[in-house]
Amino acid sequence: MTPAPPDLADGAGRDARLLEARGLSKSFPGVRALDRVDFNVRRGEIHALMGENGAGKSTLIKLLTGVHARDEGSVRLDGEMIRPASPRQAEALGISTVYQEVNLVPHLSIAENIGLGREPTRLGLIRWREVRRRARAALARLELDLDVARELGGCSIAVQQLVAIARALDMRAKLLILDEPTSSLDADETAELFLVMRRLRDAGLGIVFVTHFLDQVYQVADRITVLRDGRLVGEYEAASLSRLELVGRMVGREFSAERAAPDRAKAGAGGQPLLDAQQLSRRGAVDRVDLSVQRGEVVGLAGLLGSGRTEIARLLFGIDRATHGGIAIEGRPVRIRSPRDAVRHGLAFTPENRKADGIVPHLSVRENIVLALQARQGIWRRISRARQEQLARRFIDVLRIRTPSPSTPVASLSGGNQQKVLLARWLATDPKLLILDEPTRGIDIGARAEIERLIDELRGEGRGVLLISSELEELVRACGRLVVLRDRRKVAELVGADVSENAVMEAIARHGD
Amino acid sequence: MATDPRAERSGRGRALLAGAAHLIWPALALALLLAFNAAFTPGFFHVEIRDGRLYGTLVDILNHGSRLGIVALGMTLVIATSGVDLSVGAVMAIAGAVAATMVVRDAASFPAVLAGALATGLAAGLWNGWLVSRLRIQPIVATLVLMVAGRGIAQLVTDGLIITTNDPRLAFIAGGSLLGLPLPVTLAAAALALLALATRKSSLGLFLEAVGDNETASRYAGLDARGVVLLAYAVAGVCAALAGLIEVSYIRAADANNAGLFVELDAILAVVIGGTALTGGRFYLVGSLLGALFIQTLTKTMYMKDVSADVASIPKAIVVILVCLLQSPVVRGRIAARRRPP
Amino acid sequence: MSLAPTRHLPILATAVVLALALTIGALRYEHFASWNVFRNLLVDNAFLGVAAVGATFVILSGGIDLSVGSVVAFTSILIASLVEHRGQHALVAIAVALAFGVGFGAAQGALIHAFRLPAFLVTLAGMFLVRGLGFVIHPQSLGIRDPFIAETLNESASFTLALGPRGIAIPLTVDIFLLAVATAAVVLNFTRFGRAVYAVGDDEHSALLMGLPVARTRVGVYAVAGLCSALAGVVFTLYQQSGDPASCKGFELDAIAAVVMGGTLLRGGVGSVLGSTLGVLLFGVIQMFITFEGTLSSWWTRIVVGAFVLVFLMIQRALLASTQRA
Repeated sequence: MTPAPPDLADGAGRDARLLEARGLSKSFPGVRALDRVDFNVRRGEIHALMGENGAGKSTLIKLLTGVHARDEGSVRLDGEMIRPASPRQAEALGISTVYQEVNLVPHLSIAENIGLGREPTRLGLIRWREVRRRARAALARLELDLDVARELGGCSIAVQQLVAIARALDMRAKLLILDEPTSSLDADETAELFLVMRRLRDAGLGIVFVTHFLDQVYQVADRITVLRDGRLVGEYEAASLSRLELVGRMVGREFSAERAAPDRAKAGAGGQPLLDAQQLSRRGAVDRVDLSVQRGEVVGLAGLLGSGRTEIARLLFGIDRATHGGIAIEGRPVRIRSPRDAVRHGLAFTPENRKADGIVPHLSVRENIVLALQARQGIWRRISRARQEQLARRFIDVLRIRTPSPSTPVASLSGGNQQKVLLARWLATDPKLLILDEPTRGIDIGARAEIERLIDELRGEGRGVLLISSELEELVRACGRLVVLRDRRKVAELVGADVSENAVMEAIARHGD
Repeated sequence: MATDPRAERSGRGRALLAGAAHLIWPALALALLLAFNAAFTPGFFHVEIRDGRLYGTLVDILNHGSRLGIVALGMTLVIATSGVDLSVGAVMAIAGAVAATMVVRDAASFPAVLAGALATGLAAGLWNGWLVSRLRIQPIVATLVLMVAGRGIAQLVTDGLIITTNDPRLAFIAGGSLLGLPLPVTLAAAALALLALATRKSSLGLFLEAVGDNETASRYAGLDARGVVLLAYAVAGVCAALAGLIEVSYIRAADANNAGLFVELDAILAVVIGGTALTGGRFYLVGSLLGALFIQTLTKTMYMKDVSADVASIPKAIVVILVCLLQSPVVRGRIAARRRPP
Repeated sequence: MSLAPTRHLPILATAVVLALALTIGALRYEHFASWNVFRNLLVDNAFLGVAAVGATFVILSGGIDLSVGSVVAFTSILIASLVEHRGQHALVAIAVALAFGVGFGAAQGALIHAFRLPAFLVTLAGMFLVRGLGFVIHPQSLGIRDPFIAETLNESASFTLALGPRGIAIPLTVDIFLLAVATAAVVLNFTRFGRAVYAVGDDEHSALLMGLPVARTRVGVYAVAGLCSALAGVVFTLYQQSGDPASCKGFELDAIAAVVMGGTLLRGGVGSVLGSTLGVLLFGVIQMFITFEGTLSSWWTRIVVGAFVLVFLMIQRALLASTQRA
């Protein structure tokens, strides 16, 4: 499955190597986040680091920047072995990172953010004129002319990002890591950022560019490293890797014309759609998406990370408000302004981040299961203890939740069982439509199969399911219809026999309009 | 396994044990303190009956610990939502001022006086809850407003005077007795019973714990998190008002400056000693009462050992720091690491 | 926007309210607009001012210090006792008191940082502890008859402005207040430590990623606050000519209220010591108004201060909401 990377040492002399990481591994309790990964960045190149959720991109970056310590492997920068123990040390060595959420201090000025912690002083007092001069000099290297006395928080995210880059330059960075820098930028701002990136590349910096926008990778990147499930898939020249191949490498499926679509007896019941969303939009998150789900149908939302999958789920469930568009449930237009409204209309939602947004960790399995039903009944109509026990036992039984007892705190269960508890919480409310965001992420194979079987049973019971997953294979297996998203828009809708991994990959990889 | 009745019984037994386990620490602390007194404070356990009433040091502790206990009960609910209410002392002063003023002016029937005082507490609680749940101001800051302004409001009510009253009905609240025990003890017990019923027989308890443990997840489950938080502060306000009534009745005067002074600190301490974490989630009403009794016993012990009430704040501070350290995630992590060798 | 960035809006609001209050006072009351009244405003609020300087550091860093009042009371009784009972020189007593403040503050900061405990709880414990310690030193108020404190420090050390027919004497306490404000302004605006205080309060996570010494900053902030509280205690002692372990209960709230009224954000990161000084003066003016009015009773101070705190909280919230939208 993994083609041997082309010999990259050819042509590029040894001197061009800026960063050489060999056999990097990192384990967290229960997960091997990074498994013997090599990563090379040359001087004067923009190197895209690609991969889906759980591929190990952020772990790799955190090892390079000293946020985590590596378990094994070696890192050379400019030929020197390095082992940064903190972001501060990494920066001193010449590795600077600019994060998507821009880790600067919003209420201080631009000049200060560039010089913070390294202000030139005389007799212990900061020389502000010098601070501003140096800030202007760093910005000038990006050919930017900003009022450096301005408060950073008042600037656009794009400017904040450029300021963060200027800070890195002021610290004499050799390797600049840009982590999802374009996620919150519009087209013009992205173009400006790319201009700056190219300029820095031409000045000899090595730039690591993490993104999930395919078009952007091909616009700026010279080379691409793809990770998947904590392993290196390969290192490629951007010019010699097609989009389709890239998508295939990222999702772990080879494009093949021959593979037959599986049996499709999974079409919905037809008639009045259970859920019908028209022109659903939210600025910066979702752009005019039409979506409908029938009774007894599993509809999948496919697309790469950041394509708007989760954002759609949040709009439907009333967590975020749509800026535009309408939702109808069973033909009646409804306004969903909070999760409470959504639950009242018979919707259910299991969030992507199970720990932070799903489980109530210190409460018991029983309490977690009855929570949504009890919330719908209100404070005063309490479900009796006996009925709670009965519900909990029934779902523990039906969903095969492995827990020592219903009174065990849910935090002590495995990920797969926590997910089943969340499903049980919603099934207790007898929902019409379940929105499942990455229900199998971080779950072992056995539990994964059980959850897939469950989804099929829910469909069989006549419920609607909206399934979000980064696993193409899983989507294709489970869904009778697939909505494919790219860059916050719907780019294709595949029905019945057309649902195949190939078709999804093609739709994602197709050039921007 | 799930249907094995034996497993079921042992599961429920374990759950009961787990619930009781949280009371062990406050109970143990209290027991140690009592044991110390049994050994070193003569007459500490002496109780006698006069005129059908119990008298003695223990009765005193129960009597004076009731006020703090009642405030701590309300505070428990607020802390369960991972908030805190700094204004309870000021609310005690306002409610006391309202009651005393109404009684002195003889403007209303006695039940109306009681209702007036409690309604004042309710209003104060709703105000705090509104700031926290609607305006999303952090609890320390939001309740600070009433903490600063509250005593001024109390003085506004009493016109700046210390209103003394010998009204027998008002005096009965603190001075009366029921079944040989002072009435405040009964009131505290009633407050505990009422809150325990309200939280455990409705789903309020579950909602409070869910919101305090993970507010986002609770909201996503369709829970009205803001309403729950509002309710918690409202209850805390009413509890503080009740304590304020008892205080007025006890000293037979409304003193806007000193009524309930520093009670917020003692109440928070009582709740924390009682096993409820400041980070919210699981809460223990009985634990908070035990915590209040511990603090009152500590104060009384000092007093009987001729340590002035002022100096008695030193051991209290040491208790706060110890309890804090035991609850600190850093210390807990270290203890856990030692127990589970790698 | 560049003339008045949003972060300066609260302090402008304070200045405007203060100016308005002073104008109204001058128009309404006969003797309001006099040097003596203004001098008294400074003298009466000097120790609050010094304490507010310390509270500004803590609040800017995103923390809170509830031990202020206790430390002031402790310092006053410590100095009184050292001078009157132990026969120490007043300057020695003052030095001991200041050293205690620094050490105590740093200890609180270390506990807060090392064990990730909530600041309000640790400083609450500190408040209890120090209040009790004060009573251990001496259980009642203790007058100071030491000539050095009574005469040298209070009279000779005052500094006379050549204004008016007899000049305006500025007592040492006011000099200490103004000096503390000036020093704090320099530290906050012109040292790396000062800037780190802002950064830690604004976004601790970013500050850590930017390589700032977060631990040292946090401990430093509480040490500065302890020093300021002790210094406020010294000023209080000079002002009262006595030490009293029971004094200044609830004083920390006044200091926090003054800081908030001065436009410092309670969540940290935004504010200035100049603003806090205006806040202290506003606090004092509110009290003066109530005195001058005669018919208004003293408790109105608390209500008005509470209302002002609320108004400033609202302004801060609105500003935060607007910057987040940007």
